[in-house]
Amino acid sequence: MRRFLLILIPYAWLLALFLVPFAIVFKMALSDIAVARPPYFPQFDWAEGIWVFLAELDFENFVWLTEDDLYWKAYLSSLKIAAISTLLALLVGYPMAYGMARAPEQWRPTLMMLVILPFWTSFLIRVYAWMGILSNEGFLNQFLLWTGVISAPLTILNTNWAVYIGIVYTYLPFMILPIYAALERMDGALIEAAEDLGCSRLSAFWLVTFPLSRPGVIAGSFLVFIPVLGEFVIPSLLGGSDTLMIGKVLWEEFFSNRDWPVASAVAVVLLLLLIVPIVLFQRNQQKQQEADR
Amino acid sequence: MSSPEFAPWDDPSAQPLIQFKNVTKRFGSFTAIDDLAVDIYEREFFALLGASGCGKTTMMRMLAGFETPTSGQIMLAGQEIGAVPPNLRSVNMMFQSYALFPHLSVWDNIAFGLRRERMAKDLIKARVEEMLRLTRLEKFSGRKPHQISGGQRQRVALARSLAKAPKLLLLDEPLGALDKKLRQETQFELMDIQEKTGTTFVIVTHDQEEAMTVASRVAVMDEGQIIQIATPDKIYEAPNSVYVADFIGDVNIITGTARPNGAQQYDIHWSEGHAPLCAQSVSTFSDGQSCHLAIRPEEVLISAEKPENADNTMQGKVLDIAYLGNISTYHVELPNGTVVKAQIANTRRISRRAFTWEDPVWLSWAASAGVLLAK
Repeated sequence: MRRFLLILIPYAWLLALFLVPFAIVFKMALSDIAVARPPYFPQFDWAEGIWVFLAELDFENFVWLTEDDLYWKAYLSSLKIAAISTLLALLVGYPMAYGMARAPEQWRPTLMMLVILPFWTSFLIRVYAWMGILSNEGFLNQFLLWTGVISAPLTILNTNWAVYIGIVYTYLPFMILPIYAALERMDGALIEAAEDLGCSRLSAFWLVTFPLSRPGVIAGSFLVFIPVLGEFVIPSLLGGSDTLMIGKVLWEEFFSNRDWPVASAVAVVLLLLLIVPIVLFQRNQQKQQEADR
Repeated sequence: MSSPEFAPWDDPSAQPLIQFKNVTKRFGSFTAIDDLAVDIYEREFFALLGASGCGKTTMMRMLAGFETPTSGQIMLAGQEIGAVPPNLRSVNMMFQSYALFPHLSVWDNIAFGLRRERMAKDLIKARVEEMLRLTRLEKFSGRKPHQISGGQRQRVALARSLAKAPKLLLLDEPLGALDKKLRQETQFELMDIQEKTGTTFVIVTHDQEEAMTVASRVAVMDEGQIIQIATPDKIYEAPNSVYVADFIGDVNIITGTARPNGAQQYDIHWSEGHAPLCAQSVSTFSDGQSCHLAIRPEEVLISAEKPENADNTMQGKVLDIAYLGNISTYHVELPNGTVVKAQIANTRRISRRAFTWEDPVWLSWAASAGVLLAK
C-alpha cells in the first residue's frame, strides 16, 4: 500500500502537469478558430451534452499543416538546424571533454566548475550578451576591425550563424558532461595496451578511446538535439527573418495570429516528432546501464 | 626427456637478448633507475623482484617503450631500442589490470594486435584459435571481458600479448588480482606456456614466492639498483647481502665481529657472555671485521636436551609458536634478549609436541648452515 502511494505521487504529477495539459492542447488542435474569448470553437456546453461537442471536433488543422508549405519547411529547417548544431557542439565539446579527462586530477573539479559556471547566470541575459557581441557595432566586429582582419563589419547578428553560435554556446555543457563522464572512467592502461599491440596514438584513439566514449557521445547528442528542435528564444533573439524554426512559427501562430487551434496542432506534431529521439535516447541509457552492471 | 641444464648466463659465448648498458632513469630529481646493467638471455624466465618503489616497474616500462632512459642504452637482439616507440618494437606486455578492451569480444581482443599488422584474415583466424587453445579459452571466444571470470580474463590478457609472437613478453604483476589457490595453479600454467612457446618472459613481482616458483633467474632490486641476480636456489642459499637474505624468505640475522680461525673458518663474537659462534665462509673477512651471520630458521635445530657434536649451541626459552600446519616456527628468546627463529616440520601430532611456551630449549646449527655477509 505504501509502495503504491509512493509511485502514485510521480504519476499524479505527470497526469496533472503533462497528460491533462496535453489533452487540452490536443482538444484545442481539433477545434476551429473563432473570434471569441477564448479564441476557438467549440466550447463544451453542459446543456448540449458530450456527443454534440465531440461531433464538432475535426482534424482540419492537421490537414492544413500539410497544405501550407510553411509548416513542413519549418519542421525540416528545425531538424536541419538541430542536427548541424548537435554536430558543431560535438566537434567543439569532444576535445574539451577529452582535455578535461586527461587533465591532472587536481585540475578536474576546477575545469568542471568552469563548464557549469554559465548556468549561474540567467539564460536570457547570456543570449542578450551575445547580441552585444555579435551586432555590427559589437565587440567581435570592433575587435576584428581593430586587428585589421576585416575592413567592414561582418553581419552576424540576425543570421543563421548567430543562431548556431548561440545554440552551441548554450547547449555545450550538455554535450561535454556525458562525454567527460565516459572518458574520465576509462582506464589509461587501455591506451598503452593498444600502443603496445601496434597502434599509433591516432589509431589507438579511433579504435579504443572513441568507441568507449560512444555512449557519452550519443547521450550528449540527444541532450542537445532534443531541446534545440523546439528552441524558440535563441532563433527569435539572434536569428533573422529568414531563420525558420518551428518554435518561432508556433509563437507567431499563437500570439501574432491568435490562431490557437493551428498553434496547438503545430505543438502536437512537434511533440510526436520528439518522441522518436527521446525513445532512442532512453534505449541508449538503458543499454549503458546494463553494460555497467 | 633430459636436456642439458639451461644456463646461458654461465656461457661466456652466449649472446644476451636484452642488454641494459648503464641505464639511468630520473623523474625530476628522483632517480628511479640508477646506472643499471643487466643481461637477459633468450628463452629465459626472468623475474624482477622488489618492494614497491624499487624501480622494477620503471625498468619494465622502459622495455615496453612507455618510458625512455635518461641515459644509457637498452639493446634488444643487438639493436638499441631506447627511443623506439612501443608500437614499433617486438615486445608485448601483459598489464597488471589486464587492460582488456571492454567493447571487444575475447576473440577480437586477441586478434587486436594481429589486425594492426594487416595480416591476412585466415592467418589471423588460425593464430587466434591457436592462442585460444593454448590458454583453454575456446568456449569463451564470443564473450565480452565483463562476462568472464578473473582467471579467464588473466588468460585472455596472456593470449593477447602472446598472439604477436613477441621476442620478449613483459608481465606486470600478472597474478596479483587472483586468489591464492588460482595464483599457484596459474604459476605452473605460465611456466608451461613459456616453455611451449619458447618466448623470453620478464616478470615483475613483489611476491618472492611467485618469483622463486616461475623464474629461471631472479633479480632482487632496491632503490633503482639490482642487488643480486641469481637462480632461485642461489638467491635463497647464498644471498649476497642482508637485504636479499631478509627479502627472500625468513632469516635470522646475527651481527658481530669476525675472527679467522683456520681455513675458511671464523669465530663470530656477537654478544658478551655468549660463546663465539663458529661459521664457514668462502669469502674472506679480516680480523675484527664486522659481519652478519644469516641463518634460515629451518637450519636451526631445536631440542629439549643439549645436543652433542653441534658446532653452535645456545640455550633459551620458547617465546612464541606459530603453527602453520605442516611446519611450526618457534621464536626462542636468548638470555640477552635476542630472538632466534627455528622451524621444524610437524611430523607428529601437535599434542605430542616435546615443548611448549616458556619451556627451556636448546638451539643448534652446523658451522656450514649460515651465510656470513659483510653488508
